[in-house]
Amino acid sequence: MIVARLALQSLRNRWITVLLTILAISVSVMLLLGVEKVRSGARDSFAGTVSGADVVIGARSGGMQLLLYSVFRIGNATNNVTWRSYEDIVSRPEVAWAIPLSLGDSHRGYRVIGTTGDYFEHLKYRGGQPLKFAAGAPFADLFDVVLGSEVAGQLGYSLGDQITLAHGAGSLGPQHDDLPFRVSGILARTGTSADKSLHVSLKAIEAIHVDWRSGSRIPGQVTTADRLRQMSLPPRAITAAIIGLKSRLQVISFQRTVNEYRAEPLSAVLPGLALQEMWALVGTAETALLGVSAMVVVTSMLGLSAMILSTLNERRREIAILRSLGASPRTVAALLVGEATLLTVAGIASGTAALYLVLMVARPLIDRQFGIDIVIQLPSTTDAMLLLAILIGGILAGLLPAYSAYRTSLADGMMVRT
Amino acid sequence: MLMVRPPSPYPAIFAIWKDSVGKRSLTDAVNVRGIEFQWNVRDSFALSIGAFQIPRGERLLLLGPSGSGKSTLLSLLTGIVLAQSGSLEILGQRLDALRGSGRDRFRAEHFGIIFQMFNLLPYGTVIDNVLLPLSFAPARRARAMAAGGIECEAHRLLSTLGLPANIGRQTAATLSVGQQQRVAAARALIGSPEIIVADEPTSALDDHRQQDFLDVLFAQIDATGATLIMVSHDRRLARHFTRVVEFADILTFSKTAGSNR
Repeated sequence: MIVARLALQSLRNRWITVLLTILAISVSVMLLLGVEKVRSGARDSFAGTVSGADVVIGARSGGMQLLLYSVFRIGNATNNVTWRSYEDIVSRPEVAWAIPLSLGDSHRGYRVIGTTGDYFEHLKYRGGQPLKFAAGAPFADLFDVVLGSEVAGQLGYSLGDQITLAHGAGSLGPQHDDLPFRVSGILARTGTSADKSLHVSLKAIEAIHVDWRSGSRIPGQVTTADRLRQMSLPPRAITAAIIGLKSRLQVISFQRTVNEYRAEPLSAVLPGLALQEMWALVGTAETALLGVSAMVVVTSMLGLSAMILSTLNERRREIAILRSLGASPRTVAALLVGEATLLTVAGIASGTAALYLVLMVARPLIDRQFGIDIVIQLPSTTDAMLLLAILIGGILAGLLPAYSAYRTSLADGMMVRT
Repeated sequence: MLMVRPPSPYPAIFAIWKDSVGKRSLTDAVNVRGIEFQWNVRDSFALSIGAFQIPRGERLLLLGPSGSGKSTLLSLLTGIVLAQSGSLEILGQRLDALRGSGRDRFRAEHFGIIFQMFNLLPYGTVIDNVLLPLSFAPARRARAMAAGGIECEAHRLLSTLGLPANIGRQTAATLSVGQQQRVAAARALIGSPEIIVADEPTSALDDHRQQDFLDVLFAQIDATGATLIMVSHDRRLARHFTRVVEFADILTFSKTAGSNR
């Protein structure tokens, strides 16, 4: 009891160095755990976006590219899929549902997606949750638009607002300002790319391009909204489609059918597989990041060891006093290992607490900036293993000064050489 | 050197009785027979003592200049280091028969030690400093407990040593040198260990404080009947002791430059 209290008082006596050492450990813990959180958060976010989809089809391209532009809305399609081919493929008996996606227009940096009502019915995220409407309903009129939650939140739109779409991906491109859309619905937050999208019907995409040819307006031609509503406007092409099959067992054969489709070159990817491919690609970077954080932890442990070691000389008298009172060299060594352990535990606790605090503050920012939703929950098994490894590291860091003190206390005897 | 002990003339039953009851009172506090010690092989810093006894209850002053092997002798007596050869018995216990941790425990139980200065852990309170040895010495703790509780006993010792009543909660670093030496004395005395070892305890004090300190220390030692071994270079202290021994008379100490160095 008294020994422990005196050990704590000894620490308090050196509080500045002790605090800095704890801070170093705490920062390294934050970094390591933070990298791990972002890593697993990114994986979950990406994986959650394609929950329930069996196959994604598009024009022939690499699987990863197709997945990126169709599901994650990153990058652009190289080519389109004709509506005829799409209809042909989704009419196959193994297809349970299909969501066509037509990309290419935008609104103030957010992508506009031409699709059908199936989008709201069949698209699932995070373990099979369906999309929900925070307000309003799917598009009914030709010039209705359904906003993702982030689009509505960031741009401050509510139901009934009128917005215009821009041609192309940039917000500074030519505007379809003659044909305003009315906000008919706003989706609830999903943490997926749906939050960042504006959804209109496929026919609306065709309608706003009636007066356009190869990226610019046809001079002098103006078709009114009412006129457009009466036109039949069948879609000519889509960018990609997300398809659900009746049975998972049919996935491989269906993929082969699409890949060997004769009328035009198409690709079908299995989202899970393509994601694996993607993680294999970014895995090296992840490992490097984790490696760097691990090195920071090692550095903080070396700092801990050096801190305790540096105090040994001034504590030589302290150790000699303890020895003269009957403390064994082992007790002296145990005190130092205990000190290292205590500081490590303090560093782990404060680092973890600080990380959670930072996550709570930064979570919406990270989500907005990178589309990664870091769910704040208790440390995972991986986190716990990392923390345990740090704790063991701290104990090991205490062993060197402990051994040194053990030797010194044996050699010094009662003589205190100061 | 192998020590052969003569066979005991007593039957076994007497030997047991002697061990369990008589040992403490019958044996010397310190009994040295021909020990040789060298710190390590590299520096030839050697010490040897022929035969030397300190009876129980004696107040012994060991006189010698600094560098005469005082610290080494005290390290040997308290079992912090072991002689390479010879026999050293403390209260009838051969120190070389104990393992390292056993010697540490033995030291905690039977010795109270006062250094020249810087005796205390500066960041600890006075009371914690006084009670610290009891953490390593269960028998001393039990004795202090029996004397009215360990904290009470600590306060009693502090006040008999002439320290103010409220000093217990103060941090050791805030005390004057004289006060620190008294706290060190209280720490050495708590739980009544059989042997008090003092290494120049008064050299940091001015003359009249020396006298004060020795007076209260002796009064307490008389009260418990402990053996006092004090090391000093100050011949004037001699009148307070029952026996005065010159270092040079009992030990040879060589500090010549080693041949292996």
